[in-house]
Amino acid sequence: MNMESTKKGERTDIERGHAFHLLYEMLRIRRFEERCAELYSASKIRGFMHLYVGEEAVAVGVIDALKPEDSVVATYREHGHALIRGIPAGAIMAEMFGKVEGCSRGRGGSMHLFDDKTHFYGGNAIVGGGLPVAVGMALASKMKKEKGVTCCFFGEGAVAEGEFHESMNLAALWKLPVIFVCENNLYAMGTALTLSESVTDISKKAESYNIISDPVDGMDVLAVEKAAQKALTAVRAGNGPYFLECRTYRFRAHSMFDPELYRKKTEVEEWKKHGPIVRFTRYLKENDLLNDKDLDDIEQKIASEIEEAVAFADAGRPEPVEDLTRFVYSEGGKS
Amino acid sequence: MNTQDREITYREAVREAIREAMQKDERVFLMGEDVGRYGGCFAVSKDMLDEFGQERIRDTPLSESAFVGAGIGAALGGMLPVVEIMTVNFSLLALDQIVNNAAKYLHMSGGLFNVPVVIRMATGGGKQLAAQHSHSLEGWYAHIPGIKVLTPATIEDARGMLWTALMDPDPVLIFENNTLYNMKGHLPANPVPVDIDHAIVRRPGTDITVITYGVGLFKALDAAEKLSEDDIETEVIDLRTLRPLDDETFLASVAKTHRVLIVDEGWRSGGISAEISARIMERSFYDLDAPTERLCGVEVPMPYAGHLEQAALPQTEDIISIVKRMVKSNG
Ligand SMILES: Cc1ncc(C[n+]2csc(CCOP(=O)(O)OP(=O)(O)O)c2C)c(N)n1
Repeated sequence: MNMESTKKGERTDIERGHAFHLLYEMLRIRRFEERCAELYSASKIRGFMHLYVGEEAVAVGVIDALKPEDSVVATYREHGHALIRGIPAGAIMAEMFGKVEGCSRGRGGSMHLFDDKTHFYGGNAIVGGGLPVAVGMALASKMKKEKGVTCCFFGEGAVAEGEFHESMNLAALWKLPVIFVCENNLYAMGTALTLSESVTDISKKAESYNIISDPVDGMDVLAVEKAAQKALTAVRAGNGPYFLECRTYRFRAHSMFDPELYRKKTEVEEWKKHGPIVRFTRYLKENDLLNDKDLDDIEQKIASEIEEAVAFADAGRPEPVEDLTRFVYSEGGKS
Repeated sequence: MNTQDREITYREAVREAIREAMQKDERVFLMGEDVGRYGGCFAVSKDMLDEFGQERIRDTPLSESAFVGAGIGAALGGMLPVVEIMTVNFSLLALDQIVNNAAKYLHMSGGLFNVPVVIRMATGGGKQLAAQHSHSLEGWYAHIPGIKVLTPATIEDARGMLWTALMDPDPVLIFENNTLYNMKGHLPANPVPVDIDHAIVRRPGTDITVITYGVGLFKALDAAEKLSEDDIETEVIDLRTLRPLDDETFLASVAKTHRVLIVDEGWRSGGISAEISARIMERSFYDLDAPTERLCGVEVPMPYAGHLEQAALPQTEDIISIVKRMVKSNG
């Protein structure tokens, strides 16, 4: 894997508008989550909250390559996925504030963002829990002869669960249109990959189920995007599932309660130097695709979007307590 | 070193209990996700990796079914494992091992193979962790013959139940309510193992009995304190063990107070409170001056929003108003 594929002169074929878009979306996620951390300290956001800081290139590179008819299944670390998929920032923030205007009416919180318009099937808080569901969604697409692909995100920690292996097998056996995206950030809470897997090459595990599997530099948004496009083309052609192992790193604690006793500060600092945003920014500047003024404009636009989102969430309504027992069963919904 | 009365937290009490067990008996070891380097997801096993090493403080991969099953196997093989599942929510991935193996080996083998495993896990809602992370399923586990279900509420029980559980020849599940870890309390000098067979009257009273366990105990004691300002004397019973249930302790209380409220964070339908209520009806019907009542978790997956979550959980104020109404009624 080439750690520095975004080098000067290497890819000037990238269209400026698209490059801006990718950078914009990564920065948007980063700034949104930095604000979330502040709001968590201010007790506006409660419960568990897991930040994606450092891993933005994965969600942006993959989800940007999806089509509107595709579906996304994500984990509890899904603010970034929800944002790039198109759930409005205000609806996400309101969700974390526990307001009716939230994308899950304040019932789900940070770990359970849902949205029907963008086919965003959640935030799942059980490690590995989304994998079988993604397989089933892909099964439905196949049986209904629909075009949509299901895109399933999970951490490398999930690979140790039985549900991972059962899902790989089923998806491959039935040749289902699903793309599995493993966000390998090297740690599952405090457990390093090397201490939890006898074989640490995760792409090999998918391969053993006869699934085409690519390891990708998850810190390089262009590399991720390219890999995702290749994968999606194969899946759309009816060749069955595809597996991407995106190698990345989580810059912040696992959740807001993690004292980070399991890794050295210097290790984190080293990874930060190769962060997806610094790296892509440097690349764009070196190739004269971006200047400081552009960057200022981007930051300003993002800052105002986030402040609007916070204001929207603040102004939202708490759900009346009389409605507590709603949504246990459907209210005249379709079957 | 513990020859004095002390104030410690529930977390420290559990930690001390595990440490002591490991010092006492080489067969004891702790395994689970993040128990070592991370120090335990509730910091229960903090620093224990340094003290005991990685053979005995075993970090496991995210493989609940495998490591719970491995605990059962190690117990069969002559070890005394303490398996930590981070929370009851993830025990659902190990349900087959617990229900089909731990609870069944003794019987299936015609009494040949007992399984002395202890499985600890955090339980309960109250922290805005939403629907998948807020279960109170201890009453549900209490449905299963072959396992014992403990719910230590006090510091003394958190400290004293583990060793008794380890010495029990059969599988024991210990449910630690997640809101109790930071609770401070008094631990008498030279703590000793406690029995796991009996419920206990935590506060004597004459007008009504409140039967509860876990975090419900503190809500009930709080309510009893306030009710006594209105001259209502509430007897509070801490079940301590949900399986096997100690009927005699609560039936004796019913014979004295003639009124019963059962408080349980689990869902109402088919819950542990339903079982207790049925036993009272079966054996103490003529002692009752009023129908037995239940205050349970509202039957809804736990919502994230704080005000909805609090409304879904039994509260001290609810206990007070129900007790007042029940005591007024002449039955
Ligand atoms: C089945 C299950 N077991 C344990 C947990 C607690 N837990 C939440 S996240 C996590 C680590 C998961 O790591 P990984 O899959 O690598 O994803 P990451 O958090 O690094 O994005 C653990 C142990 C859980 N949510 N579900």
